[in-house]
Amino acid sequence: MQRRVIFDNKALPYLLLAPQVAVTLIFFIWPAAQAVWQSVHLQDAFGLRSQFVWFENFEAVLADPNYLDTVRVTAVFSLSVTALSMGVALLLAVLADSRIRGAGAYKTLLIWPYALAPAVAAVLWMFIFNPEIGLLGRALNDLGYAWDYRLNGEQALTMVILAASWKQVSYNFIFFLAGLQAIPRSVLEAASIDGASAVRRFWTITFPLLSPTTFFLLVVDVVYAFFETFGTIHALTHGGPGKSTETLIYRVYQDGVINNDLGGSSAQSVILMVIVIALTAIQFRFVERKVHYS
Amino acid sequence: MRTDESAFGRRLMDAVPHVVLILGVLIFAFPIYITLIGSTWDAGTIARGNLPLTPGGEMLDNYARAWNETRGDRIIHTPVRIMMMNSLIMALVIALGKIAISIISAYAVAFFRFPLRMVFFWMIFITLMLPVEVRIIPTYEVVANMGLIDTYAGLTIPLIASATATLLFRQFFLTIPDELVEAAKIDGAGALRFFVDVVLPLSRTNIAALFVILFIYGWNQYLWPLLVTNSGDMETVVIGITKMIGNGEAATDWDLIMATTVLAMLPPVAVVVLMQRWFVKGLVDSEK
Repeated sequence: MQRRVIFDNKALPYLLLAPQVAVTLIFFIWPAAQAVWQSVHLQDAFGLRSQFVWFENFEAVLADPNYLDTVRVTAVFSLSVTALSMGVALLLAVLADSRIRGAGAYKTLLIWPYALAPAVAAVLWMFIFNPEIGLLGRALNDLGYAWDYRLNGEQALTMVILAASWKQVSYNFIFFLAGLQAIPRSVLEAASIDGASAVRRFWTITFPLLSPTTFFLLVVDVVYAFFETFGTIHALTHGGPGKSTETLIYRVYQDGVINNDLGGSSAQSVILMVIVIALTAIQFRFVERKVHYS
Repeated sequence: MRTDESAFGRRLMDAVPHVVLILGVLIFAFPIYITLIGSTWDAGTIARGNLPLTPGGEMLDNYARAWNETRGDRIIHTPVRIMMMNSLIMALVIALGKIAISIISAYAVAFFRFPLRMVFFWMIFITLMLPVEVRIIPTYEVVANMGLIDTYAGLTIPLIASATATLLFRQFFLTIPDELVEAAKIDGAGALRFFVDVVLPLSRTNIAALFVILFIYGWNQYLWPLLVTNSGDMETVVIGITKMIGNGEAATDWDLIMATTVLAMLPPVAVVVLMQRWFVKGLVDSEK
């Protein structure tokens, strides 16, 4: 799309674009190309020479049973975080949208956790669920339930899922509320006059009309669970105990930064890039459709 | 009897949403409350695990020590005032930098016609698909080769390109009426004059809304500062907290850690609460 009336300077537009394009080339395109290059090369131990090895790095990554475990952890983690944070947010948004007293106050009190860093949210949860200093962590042990997410892998996974979801509810809440407020009141009132119950009105009118928002949030939350939760996991469990909370992004960090395996880490980065590109493409197909209908 | 019962039932039904919402509010407030309370007690009380639910008397002492000093009883840390300053610089440079370079590139794409226009547009657009997390190692190498480790430039510039901000401004610029541009041209105003006198003032709300979102984005960065900063003087406060916790042994300076956590939350939460209207607009608009 283009405006009809424009300015006709020759050099100015390039100057205006220069900073953004420079940053993009140096810090986005070039490193991404490097990742792709490294993913099909093998470096010798001194990093002096590298050899083109086709897809060996990918084969090595995908044949590693540890990597497949990481894929499984990531799947469980992302699905749980997405379902939990969206479910809770939708419930709260529907209630806050119904014309009840104090709706504005509830809104303010529910959106501020958006401001917290994922790592800070994780630290707050640690203060509560730490088996030694946390109020609830100690209570669980006093009740005879052996709770220690630092030793038990399943408890660790539960803990990072809860902390990551807790932080994401406010984001989903804001979008669900905006989506709900866009639904015409007249439709709901007409259904109400026809005698449809609140629950029936929700499932036959509200929920279908909310589907663009739901779909949008689905993609955003999966991306969040894949990447931004690095801080949550790093602050709470460092991927452990064992590898029970190691997600794909945590493993890229672990292999590339801690273990210094460039080829393997780059191959993993390229796999992640493909996933993000696929998710973005899905999202844009959906945006196009939305534009088409409106 | 029947009418009484149904009136009571209706009142009960009216209360349910409030009960659920209050429960929701409490689930979000409770961890913050515990942290606030913890930051007013001494480390020993917290470490023994019997933290009371009411404030203690160590508040001023804890905050002063965390803010100024480099060592607690058990841990050595960067003073929080230095980490807060680093976080503030990082958040401001990222937010203002993203806005500045995005608004001028959107202006170029929307108000000019020139060769390779769409190539540049797509190049910027592609950055959406390359979050810093998927290209960390090679980006780190680029920054290291440029000698930017442990500098503010290394901390901020690689995060400063923004496809979403560019798309948002471009979308907005396409709605500026042609008559306005024609009038400006007849008055002899050039492209830069039009940008400063008309486009910038019109973009005020969009800039404010984006600023709130991007400030929080910048303040909350984690993986990138973790890689690019080694020296304590460059540490940001979010990283600082997890470094202070270390491996999470029970006997540590929990009082200082909790005070630091409260301080780390304060600026972004204040920005959201004080600029709520712009914040919601910025969030919903920039994701469209």
